Amino acid sequence: MPHRTFLAFIWPSLLAMILFIAVPIVSVGYQSLYVEHPQVMTEVESCGPFGCKAELRVDADAMRTLRAESPAGRYNGFSTYANASHLAFRNIGEIWRQSDSLGQFASLVMNLPFYKALVFTIAYTFIVTPLVIVLGFFIAVAVNAIPSAYKGPVIFFSLLPMIVTPLIGALVLFWMIDARGVIGATLQQIVGDPQLSLKASPALTWATLFVYGVWHNAPFSFVVFYAGLQTVPRDTLESAMVDGASRWERIRYVTIPYLMPLATFIALMQLMDNFRVFEPIIGFSAAANATSLSYLIYSDLRSGDFPLYGSAAASSMLTILGVVILLTPVLIRTWRDFKRKA
Amino acid sequence: MKNFLKATVAIGALLGAAGGAYAECGIEKGSVRILSNDFEALHVVASAAETCASDTVTVTKNQTSEHKNIQVPALTTDPATYTVAMIATNSIMPLLNADLIRPLDDYVAKWGQDVQENQLIRVDGKVVAIAFMANAQHLFYRDDVLEANGIAVPQSYEEVLAAAQKLRDAGVMQTPLASAYKPGWDLAAEFVNTYLGTGGEFFKDGTAEADINNENGVKVLETMKAMSEFMTPDFVTYDTNAIKPIWEAGDLALSISWGSRAGAYIAADSPAPEIAKHTKFAAAPTIDGKGIPGAALWWDGFVIAKNISDEDAEASFRAMMVGISPDNIKAHEDAAVWLVKGYEATAAAVGVADDVAKGARPYPMVPYMGLLHTAIGDNLAEFMQGQESAEQALADATAAYTTAAKEAGFIH
Repeated sequence: MPHRTFLAFIWPSLLAMILFIAVPIVSVGYQSLYVEHPQVMTEVESCGPFGCKAELRVDADAMRTLRAESPAGRYNGFSTYANASHLAFRNIGEIWRQSDSLGQFASLVMNLPFYKALVFTIAYTFIVTPLVIVLGFFIAVAVNAIPSAYKGPVIFFSLLPMIVTPLIGALVLFWMIDARGVIGATLQQIVGDPQLSLKASPALTWATLFVYGVWHNAPFSFVVFYAGLQTVPRDTLESAMVDGASRWERIRYVTIPYLMPLATFIALMQLMDNFRVFEPIIGFSAAANATSLSYLIYSDLRSGDFPLYGSAAASSMLTILGVVILLTPVLIRTWRDFKRKA
Repeated sequence: MKNFLKATVAIGALLGAAGGAYAECGIEKGSVRILSNDFEALHVVASAAETCASDTVTVTKNQTSEHKNIQVPALTTDPATYTVAMIATNSIMPLLNADLIRPLDDYVAKWGQDVQENQLIRVDGKVVAIAFMANAQHLFYRDDVLEANGIAVPQSYEEVLAAAQKLRDAGVMQTPLASAYKPGWDLAAEFVNTYLGTGGEFFKDGTAEADINNENGVKVLETMKAMSEFMTPDFVTYDTNAIKPIWEAGDLALSISWGSRAGAYIAADSPAPEIAKHTKFAAAPTIDGKGIPGAALWWDGFVIAKNISDEDAEASFRAMMVGISPDNIKAHEDAAVWLVKGYEATAAAVGVADDVAKGARPYPMVPYMGLLHTAIGDNLAEFMQGQESAEQALADATAAYTTAAKEAGFIH
């Protein structure tokens, strides 16, 4: 295709990408370098139903002048990235000097909010993604093998977890695993421990979130693989049969290599999706034991009386950086394949 | 029969109010646009204000639990999207900081005959808001369970814990306690409540620097931890709403919860009438022999937006006066602990009234309290589950607060 024609086709979507993706990212990056102006405070008498007290109040007039001079706030450079809520360089230095063993160092670093969230996010991404791919593949193979009369209903039910709104799905499971819920109470019976709580212990909360993640995402990978299975060349499969290949060998040596590009595609989508895991943490009220990078952004913007825009922006930029690092190997692989073909 | 009577009276009142609206409110013209949180008492006020609508006066309302997140942008525009914002001790702060509130002294002088002095929220001598109800957490208890086991109504946390132990030992209930210990806002509210009971201050005098990592803070955390030993293992996910059904199932004997919820616990149409009958309220427990109930006193009230026409401001103030008029409150006295003239405490108000009588302290009304509240809520969960020490949890909360307060410009 000549470059001119290519450009003519691509410019509308290029424009949309610049407007809706590039510009917002640049603006978030800019915001992350700024924090709120120092608050000008004066002590005033304030009274209410429960008595009077001298308390500090923000001087709104003085703040207005400051904001008019510099609307973005006070320039803070990369300090927001380095502070205790984000990369916490100074805290890590201190922890390194204080701790006697690597184990102690790791547990103290895990106590810093950003690293705590990062570890869960990475664990979630790398545990859920492969399980989703494998499980989705086997569901697809199984569904492909059943008589065509049952296929419709089975496919429908297999897709249900993806159809349910993520937050609702999480809430339904949340109530089922409650100590008084159907799953929670049954587990207590089986294990024989009335104090067992899937919600309280960090390890079990993590496991619950992973299970939820696989349950919710498997249908996506199933659908993609199922579509792919319909295009596996029949003659190759038949010649493998003639050569005496078993069912497993046919899957291993014909189907899997044929579907490999699809697996790469699913891995790419799932890595991106799982890295910004958020809804299950809200749905399962799991913030006590598991937080993710997206949760940190949410909490900066939503809790408290002042949205911490700078802090949320810095977390967002770090999340983007994380996604880029995560996807680099997959992208390099795709690029190599592309060059080889060319 | 009783419900039928109630309904008839309510309909009669509605018709009467609607018919006489113009005469009663006396507003010539203007637009009243109300933004508020979403609970019973505020519905009562807003619905009454709505009766002021006429050919020349429009009254609209948006009652949503998201009110706190939209109030600043909504009142910043000129003209503001809402003319009235119903706020509480904490949610007035962002509006005050951004200077979006109209001083109400003239309005009170002209149309505030029914407003009592203690309803006026003054900052630097100027009336900025009118409070109409009070709220606080307090003790909920089952008098039948306590009596059957020879337990007096607990006054202090030590007595609450002893009572729980007694119930457990007697095999009555394994987990007789409940409190909203869900990490985040709820858990922090419990900490703030109990900490106020120690008599301690949250900030170093005259600065925005947090001062919670001290003896009082540790004592509070240890008490909360001891309480949690008598709660179901899922306590770490329970908020106020989650506790009510468990209470109604008869699985709890003692709970610390919000006064604004008390009415629903003893309502005539409760799904568990037997338990509702034996649900009683008392002041929040004291801690460490200080004699101060461990509860923060809150008020709910309203402000009038700055960026609106004087005509709309007048209409809004007068409509809200109808909303919180003694007559309207009299008709709905069960809905809240009202601060309005002529209100007499009902059975549901006993707990809050007891808190006030025993000297509970107000929730700190300083601009940076919200940041500390958030930092506390985000950092106590690990301690509550036994994964770190009280000192470490308080140090983490202080560090998170300091970082946020620096970013928000309160600490330089």
